Amino acid sequence: MATAGLNIYHLARLQAVSPDWPGGFWWHWLFFTVVIIGFVLTMVMGVIYIERRGMGRMQSRLGPNRTGPFGLLQPVADAVKVLLKENIVPAAADKLVHWLAPVIAFAPALMLFAVIPFENGALLADLNIGILYVIAISSVSTVGIFMAGWGSSNKYSLLGAMRNVAAIVSYEIPMVLAIVGVVLIAGSLSLNDIVVAQNVPFILLQPLGFLLFFAAGCAEINRSPFDLMEADSELVAGFHTEYSGMKFAMFYLVEYAEAVAISAIIATLFLGGWKGPILPPWLWFVVKIILVFFAMVWTRTTLPRIRIDQLMAFAWKFLFPMSLLNMFITALQVLAGWPTELVWVMIIVNIAVMAILVLVWSRFFFRLGGGRVEI
Amino acid sequence: MAVRTEPFVLNMGPVHPSTHGVFRMRVTLDGEVVVDIEPVFGYLHRGIEKLAEQRTYTGVIPLTDRLDYISSMSNNLAYCLAAEKLAGIKVPERAEYIRVIMSELQRVAALLIAVGAFLNDCGAYFTPFLYMFRERERIVDLFEMASGQRLTYNYMRVGGVSQDLPEEFMPALRKFMDMMPRFMDEYDQLLMQNEILLARAKGVGILSKEQAINCSISGPVLRASGVKWDIRQADPYSIYDRFDFDIPTQTTGDCYDRYRQRVEETRQSLRIIRQAMEQLPSGPVRAEVPHLVRPPVGEAYAHIEAPKGELGFYLVSDNSIAPYRCHIRPPSLINLTALRDMVRGWKIADLIIIFGSIDITVGEIDR
Amino acid sequence: MTVALSGKEVASKIEEKFSGSVVESTPENLVVKSDQLLDVARFLKETGGLDFDYLNFVTAVDYYDHFEVAYLLSSLEHNHSLMVKARCYDRENPALPSVTGLWQGADFQEREIYDLFGINFEGHPSMKRIFLWDGFEGHPLRKDYI
Repeated sequence: MATAGLNIYHLARLQAVSPDWPGGFWWHWLFFTVVIIGFVLTMVMGVIYIERRGMGRMQSRLGPNRTGPFGLLQPVADAVKVLLKENIVPAAADKLVHWLAPVIAFAPALMLFAVIPFENGALLADLNIGILYVIAISSVSTVGIFMAGWGSSNKYSLLGAMRNVAAIVSYEIPMVLAIVGVVLIAGSLSLNDIVVAQNVPFILLQPLGFLLFFAAGCAEINRSPFDLMEADSELVAGFHTEYSGMKFAMFYLVEYAEAVAISAIIATLFLGGWKGPILPPWLWFVVKIILVFFAMVWTRTTLPRIRIDQLMAFAWKFLFPMSLLNMFITALQVLAGWPTELVWVMIIVNIAVMAILVLVWSRFFFRLGGGRVEI
Repeated sequence: MAVRTEPFVLNMGPVHPSTHGVFRMRVTLDGEVVVDIEPVFGYLHRGIEKLAEQRTYTGVIPLTDRLDYISSMSNNLAYCLAAEKLAGIKVPERAEYIRVIMSELQRVAALLIAVGAFLNDCGAYFTPFLYMFRERERIVDLFEMASGQRLTYNYMRVGGVSQDLPEEFMPALRKFMDMMPRFMDEYDQLLMQNEILLARAKGVGILSKEQAINCSISGPVLRASGVKWDIRQADPYSIYDRFDFDIPTQTTGDCYDRYRQRVEETRQSLRIIRQAMEQLPSGPVRAEVPHLVRPPVGEAYAHIEAPKGELGFYLVSDNSIAPYRCHIRPPSLINLTALRDMVRGWKIADLIIIFGSIDITVGEIDR
Repeated sequence: MTVALSGKEVASKIEEKFSGSVVESTPENLVVKSDQLLDVARFLKETGGLDFDYLNFVTAVDYYDHFEVAYLLSSLEHNHSLMVKARCYDRENPALPSVTGLWQGADFQEREIYDLFGINFEGHPSMKRIFLWDGFEGHPLRKDYI
């Protein structure tokens, strides 16, 4: 085995490679790389279909239904159309940056799946710092988005990219703090161990953490109502205004791949990942991803968009203190040994805590329209 | 150390999802904050006022359809009133009632679009918009029954309307009127008390009463600022003095009030339609008007309360078959006068919703 | 019902203050000397009992030998209206004082008249074309424009 491979082997603490696989690590690596790419692409097509049809039904129309049975081939048709389109690069664009941006934005979206378990032990690399890896990698795509905004030499793109950077910098913090609660209960940073630890889905033990993570996650991947970076009614298309053809397809793919990734992380951290009765584990995992994604589609069709200063205020004045409180309360509960002994008490207490905190905080300490934050 | 910054000029439009047509704003920004804007018009200028001088009095009616193309019936009505005033033509009773029903239905349709587009500008991704289009569709179906057209109706004539209502019209209208209040409640439930919408629209883009009057603002925007001025009651045209309806007003004049104002006006329009349906007499629908109207030398100004505000036609006659001068008072253009003062100091996102809450149609601005 | 005030009655009130400013008055409207338009307009806006605080519209008509600019004024308080007119006899460089200082609503409409008739409104904050582009030759709504 190569030295580099050896290092990764030690880092990754691989335990799930079937012993009878010839070649060990490299076969494992190749197999999961192919599986992940295939999985992401299929899931992206699936969720695009779900979003378009679901949004159609919610908006009292049909949605795409002409391509294939029930319009199932619509994502394929879209992909073919967008790939055949002319690739236009603005004359004033910074060519290299403009060209690199979609690639840099796309890579992290795929890399996120490296640590997400599809079944017990079935993942590319069971990093013992898996969740930190997720946080670190997911903010890399911001670089790509900012490059797109800068390189396009378009004012809408620049504004969108600026908004994106501001939002991600703010939302990383409540996102990490919301995860800490889960990590405290599970006692591990590895995503596989977190799933194994979930005898009861953590959404019940950490309802507040789930809400905070969902909100911050939506902001992180520009889903409504935090989709200010591509706010179609304000900035036309935000950072990808000047993209067309293949490069636009990449951004489109990134958008949905990230949505799938965040859904997968939420499913892993809070909904029990691959765990579930009767159905095979990987199917449970897919079902949970789709459930979370559907909630995102739902918010997209129902809620208006918030303003940039309200977005910041929401992160710093609502999510941040709430996630600190959540972390503190969970730490106390873990010290008292509740997660192992008094699970049902903990569930009831935490749901009550969540309801009281959210109500009190949103009534007395933070109102969305109150007070403007200058950025 | 202060970073040296310079203002950032952004050309919004003429092709932009939220400029409601081909309208352009040259926006000067300081970061996200709007420092100054300059509206730029003229991308849809067709010279309708000049064209009208070469057409007969009847021939102008199709041109008026193309002014505010989402409320063509109101435009027809305003023009016909002006031409009738000029020529001294009396309109038969039944025609008057049909005109009222049509223009109020048109008001409902146009206000639905205005509200839907406003919510869309707020970022509610097309859902309210499509909900409101669903009901507008029914109104458009009714218009299609009466006039055969779905957008540019060309239904009213000098001295009445082009044809009587078909048999199936009244049952369809009755059905629509039974359904509509329920839909109105549904719209209220959709977003009226939504926290994000309140945070976005309350207190944003306040237009004071004094400034609204000074800027000649009219229609729902004026009434949202607290001025109780509706031409249907202040200067009743056609037969509006026979109906019992209220003029809702709001107090603050912010975006949210303008949104509320439109929703409430829709309810009042439904009240008028219901009364007009009950009173609808039978009889002729067109006065005996010569094929080529030749009004005496003179001038006339007739104005109506169109969905967007005061729509007026100022006609000057030289006793020929074509108007010597046909001036249109466009509510959309004049309502934009205060835009610059309303948006300064707000953010880009607010600029979009303030602009959306004024509700313009570019066809009417540029003419 | 909006009462259209008689031009003759209002004309007599104006004559008391600015004698010789009214050129002609009929029951429907009154024509004011163009150089005194601004004074008369201010008088109409600020005099108690008249209070014309709302400018319905401004437009121009080309009568070959002169341009007639019509202002329809209303009072929302008293619910009455009055048509005031002013004439420009100069075809080459017609000019009138701008009333934007009194009624901001005249802003775009005066620009429109400038664009389509070529009447220059002195004192307007940005007197430039509104619908047509800057290099456009002629003023389309003039009767001699083909």
